[in-house]
Amino acid sequence: MMCTVCGCGEGETTIEGEAHSHDHHHEHAHGHPPPHHHHDGVHHYGLGPAHAHAPGLSQARMVSIEQDILAKNDEYAAANRRRLAERGVLALNLVSSPGSGKTTLLTRTLTDLAGRWPMAVIEGDQQTSQDAERIRATGVRAVQINTGKGCHLDAHMVGHALERLEPEAGSLLFIENVGNLVCPAGFDLGEAHKVVILSVTEGEDKPLKYPDMFHAADLMILNKTDLLPHLQFDVEQCIEYARRVNPRIKVLRLSATTGEGMESWYEWLDASRRLAALGA
Amino acid sequence: MHEMSLCEGVLQLLEVHAEKEGFRRVRVVRLEIGALAGVELEAMRFGFDVVMKGTLADGARLEIIELPGRAWCLCCGESVEIGQRFDPCPRCGGYQLQITGGEELRVKELEVE
Ligand SMILES: Nc1nc2c(ncn2[C@@H]2O[C@H](COP(=O)(O)OP(=O)(O)OP(=O)(O)O)[C@@H](O)[C@H]2O)c(=O)[nH]1
Ligand SMILES: [Mg+2]
Ligand SMILES: [Zn+2]
Ligand SMILES: [Zn+2]
Ligand SMILES: [Zn+2]
Repeated sequence: MMCTVCGCGEGETTIEGEAHSHDHHHEHAHGHPPPHHHHDGVHHYGLGPAHAHAPGLSQARMVSIEQDILAKNDEYAAANRRRLAERGVLALNLVSSPGSGKTTLLTRTLTDLAGRWPMAVIEGDQQTSQDAERIRATGVRAVQINTGKGCHLDAHMVGHALERLEPEAGSLLFIENVGNLVCPAGFDLGEAHKVVILSVTEGEDKPLKYPDMFHAADLMILNKTDLLPHLQFDVEQCIEYARRVNPRIKVLRLSATTGEGMESWYEWLDASRRLAALGA
Repeated sequence: MHEMSLCEGVLQLLEVHAEKEGFRRVRVVRLEIGALAGVELEAMRFGFDVVMKGTLADGARLEIIELPGRAWCLCCGESVEIGQRFDPCPRCGGYQLQITGGEELRVKELEVE
């Protein structure tokens, strides 16, 4: 059975190599929503087929629910958001397809901004802690979440990672999601903004092919612009597609390896931090 | 979207309500899914049977009520129906649309015993 909260196979999610804790008692202290039922093979309500009623004894009836399917994730996300707001932490959820340059962008950002603001990172990948190690090499604290077969981070996993990371007050928290342009769009983690990173090698049509992600993001970073001379990538067309699915999306062009355009990213971070501090 | 995760979310709601309302078996699950919710209905139906196995909704029938995508066109000043998020306005061809419906992802009601 899967863990119904994580949506991942039970025991598959690990945080820093430790099996994802199913002991949630400690969470109450941090304002986590009430513990949920994990399906550990024990049936909580004795409702399995073996316990089914004798025919004719019970009557069918209708029950009106009218509840959002992602309600549980949204509760965890709201708890994360409250916790982050209390500490004045600006959290950004970085989403993209695999290999668009999220970790490269982060390591450069952490190096360039060292000493300017406190920063911390949550890394999400199906396997390995390589990305967290790349982050730690810059001197910044990072926690790795491995989702196993799960193809996205959810608010519950991030809540556990926050307990471990305890980001400093006023810090900038980067959450690198699992490389996947599809389902991370639907899972609020409690972040202030989703930032979608699209590298120019992926083709300008991605905003139309994966509209949910570009719709959910507040900022699109067009990365690997150093490669533009070698490609046929129509930057203006790409931006036009992105605006079609999200008229409000902001766009930055940069190269995380050469550093070209990074200044405008830092300005965006600074402005977002100021707005968050104002409670906007 | 990740249909398997969504089915897990459905199961969770069923269990919460089973405890609250005191039912033991779910016969029918009725969902409302908007055309813009990014859900693959076939994957949802497949995931549903897999996820509900051995639970209070084992063998339950899944009924999906599909809701149309709706948007407000800023140019026309009218509400229009759209099939996908990036579709142009069917009246004027413009892209200045604000989504007003079709993002639903909801458990509407259950038939239980
Ligand atoms: N030319 C060029 N290469 C880049 C740039 N940014 C990243 N890369 C390269 O792209 C590859 C993937 O970069 P990562 O930073 O690991 O990408 P990622 O998005 O973190 O990948 P996953 O975490 O596996 O999804 C690496 O070989 C990087 O060196 C860039 O701006 N220009
Ligand atoms: Mg990475
Ligand atoms: Zn847990
Ligand atoms: Zn997923
Ligand atoms: Zn119109």
